[in-house]
Amino acid sequence: MVRFKLNGKEKAFDGDPDMPLLWYLRDIAQLTGTKFGCGMALCGACTVHQNGAAIRSCSTPMKEVGGSDITTIEGIAPMHPVQTAWMEIRVPQCGYCQTGQIMQAIAFLKENKNPSDQDIDVAMAGNLCRCGTYQRIRAAIHEAAKLQAKETA
Amino acid sequence: MKLIENVSHDVKRDFGQGVSRRGFLHGALVGGVFVLSARFIPEPLWAAEGEAAAPPFEPSLWMSIASDGTVTIVAHRSEMGCGSRTALPLVVADELDADWSKVKIEQAIGDPKYGEQDTDGSHSVRSNFDLMRQVGATGRVMLISAAAAQWGVSPKDCTTEPHFVVHRASGRKLGYGEVAAAAAKLPVPKKEDVALKERSQWRYIGKESNSLFDLPEIVTGTAIFGMDATMPGMVFASVEHPPVLGQKVKSYDDKDALKVPGVQKTLTIDVFKPPHLFQPLGGVAVIADNTWAAFKGRKSLKIEWDSSPNSVYNSGPYRKILEATSRKPCKLVRNVGDVDAAFAQSSKAGGKIIEAEYYAPHLAHASMEPPVAVAEYRDGKVLAWAPTQNPQAVQETIAGVLGIKKEDVTCHVTLLGGGFGRKSKPDQVAEAAVLSKQVGKPVKVVWSREDDIHFDFFHSVAAMYMKAAIGADGKPTAWLMRTVYPPIGSTFDVSAVYADDEMGLGWNNLPFDIPNHRAENGPADYHVRIGWLRSVANIYHAFAIHSFADELAHNAHKDSVQYLLELIGSPRIVALDLKGDEAEDAKNYPLDTARLRRVVEMVAEKSGWGKGSTGKGRGFGIAAHRSFLTYVATVVEVEIDSRGQVHIPNVWTALDAGTVVSPDNVRNQFEGAAVFGTSLALFGEITATNGVIDQSNFNNYQVTRMNRAPRHVDVQIVKSDAPPAGVGEPGVPPFAPALYNAVFAATGKRVRELPLSKTKLA
Repeated sequence: MVRFKLNGKEKAFDGDPDMPLLWYLRDIAQLTGTKFGCGMALCGACTVHQNGAAIRSCSTPMKEVGGSDITTIEGIAPMHPVQTAWMEIRVPQCGYCQTGQIMQAIAFLKENKNPSDQDIDVAMAGNLCRCGTYQRIRAAIHEAAKLQAKETA
Repeated sequence: MKLIENVSHDVKRDFGQGVSRRGFLHGALVGGVFVLSARFIPEPLWAAEGEAAAPPFEPSLWMSIASDGTVTIVAHRSEMGCGSRTALPLVVADELDADWSKVKIEQAIGDPKYGEQDTDGSHSVRSNFDLMRQVGATGRVMLISAAAAQWGVSPKDCTTEPHFVVHRASGRKLGYGEVAAAAAKLPVPKKEDVALKERSQWRYIGKESNSLFDLPEIVTGTAIFGMDATMPGMVFASVEHPPVLGQKVKSYDDKDALKVPGVQKTLTIDVFKPPHLFQPLGGVAVIADNTWAAFKGRKSLKIEWDSSPNSVYNSGPYRKILEATSRKPCKLVRNVGDVDAAFAQSSKAGGKIIEAEYYAPHLAHASMEPPVAVAEYRDGKVLAWAPTQNPQAVQETIAGVLGIKKEDVTCHVTLLGGGFGRKSKPDQVAEAAVLSKQVGKPVKVVWSREDDIHFDFFHSVAAMYMKAAIGADGKPTAWLMRTVYPPIGSTFDVSAVYADDEMGLGWNNLPFDIPNHRAENGPADYHVRIGWLRSVANIYHAFAIHSFADELAHNAHKDSVQYLLELIGSPRIVALDLKGDEAEDAKNYPLDTARLRRVVEMVAEKSGWGKGSTGKGRGFGIAAHRSFLTYVATVVEVEIDSRGQVHIPNVWTALDAGTVVSPDNVRNQFEGAAVFGTSLALFGEITATNGVIDQSNFNNYQVTRMNRAPRHVDVQIVKSDAPPAGVGEPGVPPFAPALYNAVFAATGKRVRELPLSKTKLA
């Protein structure tokens, strides 16, 4: 039995311990905001937070989830400054990768409150967007950093 | 009325089963099940039902207004990231003079009553702009008439402001919801009695404030893509497809697969009957309680496959065949003057002849959402939910495969996690329907990324041969070009070897002012499924044409932009010999070199062309290409580091797409096209060994990441009153040649094959 917290709620899972967190979230917990893109931690569409850090849920088996706090996009109270910035900059095209991008950006901005372009490139290089919205993602992360600074000021 | 009836019917049938659609319905879920109640479409505005001479123009098909003022507009095109689901309703809302915040969008099912629904070819806005304007304007006239009757005044004395009819003299107002019921009883006015707004009166069309309708749902993770669609009681399926196109299952052992917890059973899917169309490929399906169990079970299958003639497919030798074909005379596509005579004359006079060959490999679409669908077969009917660009093709494909009537297939369209042409082909939806018939439950088929890349409808591999005779002024007196590749037509006709349908994609319409010109197309056999990929044959056609143009410029010791303008020549309408749809398009959208020159001049100015230093690892390149009736010029700046890695500090694009509905979204499309272009120019390559595709995931089929993407993309939109043209695809074709021309400027190396990663630059 794997026990953990999902978006603040206690959960228990007694299925296949090799099942990636992604498929638990999508097929069992029915939280579909976290997306399947590659299954190999190559694209970042499945990004969620484990104890506040961004992880790829497609490559995190349930047996490694025990005792941790998992937060998905559904556990982020809208509108988080990152989401607000995404709206203002009008980042998305198809939108499929964007929840993963947003989860990655939220975790990143906790560590780096005033990132440079290069910091952003490094932090976001694991998140693919086939529509090619990178320029807007970068702009939105700068914008979110500003919004967060205002919030805490 | 039809729409209302159909929706109600579907509601009973579909929503009673709890199909999740919260993405479209903005949180209007009741106990987890959305009930399409009076709130959204309580009273039809349009009373066409029962009228003997119902006009062919049916506004009721496209919109309705509720008594609370909610305007529901039907989106009949799919949303895969290009913005048509927002753009077309915006056009209706503008002419209706609706308040956009009171507009709901209802995604249409696949049905011929909406006309053509294949969201491809960058034509959603172009082909529907006039109709959507008319729908909205007709509604506005009827609302005005209803309000005027209530006040006992002439409709001529009334006008509208967003969501209100206003009597000018008295200032009285009635909300759209208040007069909807009365308006519904009025006859639908004739087209000639409906005045469209002046362009200056548009509130939404062309405005910077427009943003995607689904934006809030996307950023909160509540938008529903195909991957997120569910049906109660559904099971999950993952399909092991034949590694080589056309292989059948000879035998298989599922003993170990069935031991995997959660695996229920395995089933076979028959191989397609040629031509493959959009039929399932065949193979062995693992049915399971969840996606993971299905994936895991599949890994334990032991399958012996039959042989297929396509196992001869090896990319290296196949390239040589294409190239050999391109060196010999091929089928004539377009002829101007006499190239043979011009080449002969040039040789005699000791003139210069330049030849070059270009090559581009297969590409995979690799949209972020792999193919996926959920379908239920019950009592000879199929209900499907799919991220499809073409719900009517879903109906046709499933009907064909299961031997049922097309009308008995209902296809709902979710949001698409990217499409790029892959999702015009609904083979995975047919798999779900076929499996559901066998299982007796709704089935969700999920393709892995490996499935997606192995079993794509690939962008074609292509070889191009170019030859020019150069006059004393450095300009070509003759230009011959041949293109050879397996055609998309092979998907529909096993004997198709010529790419007749792709010639309009940058090959039969060279806009250059050259007295002798011949375009040809050579035959090629297919061994994998070939399909449309964002901008299609324009990719390799533009690559060859604009690389070659730049080669000629260099040869003539001329500046690339100046030379390109000389090639384009004076402002004129280029005479083209076109047939069918292309001839129709040419009437409203003649090939106008003034517009092409303008985007070249604009992008040159914006990029500071000729002012930056070039050579020593830094360079600028240009290409200009018209596709999907939109004129685009792109300048790419490259920096090549000591390891030979290419960096792209800047891209400038200027485009003339005629009338634009949402400028910010158009800029987003062209910014994205630069990234898509970077992927195919730097990394994109699909190859086959003995008929099996060599690439499988993003580790060996790379697409651009943020750190390799152009650092800054500047997009300039020409302000134009011309009819709207395409925006989803046209940004892609000029990118690769502009990049390669920049690499030449930076290094002196002329690379003639895609992708650039195959050539060492340091």
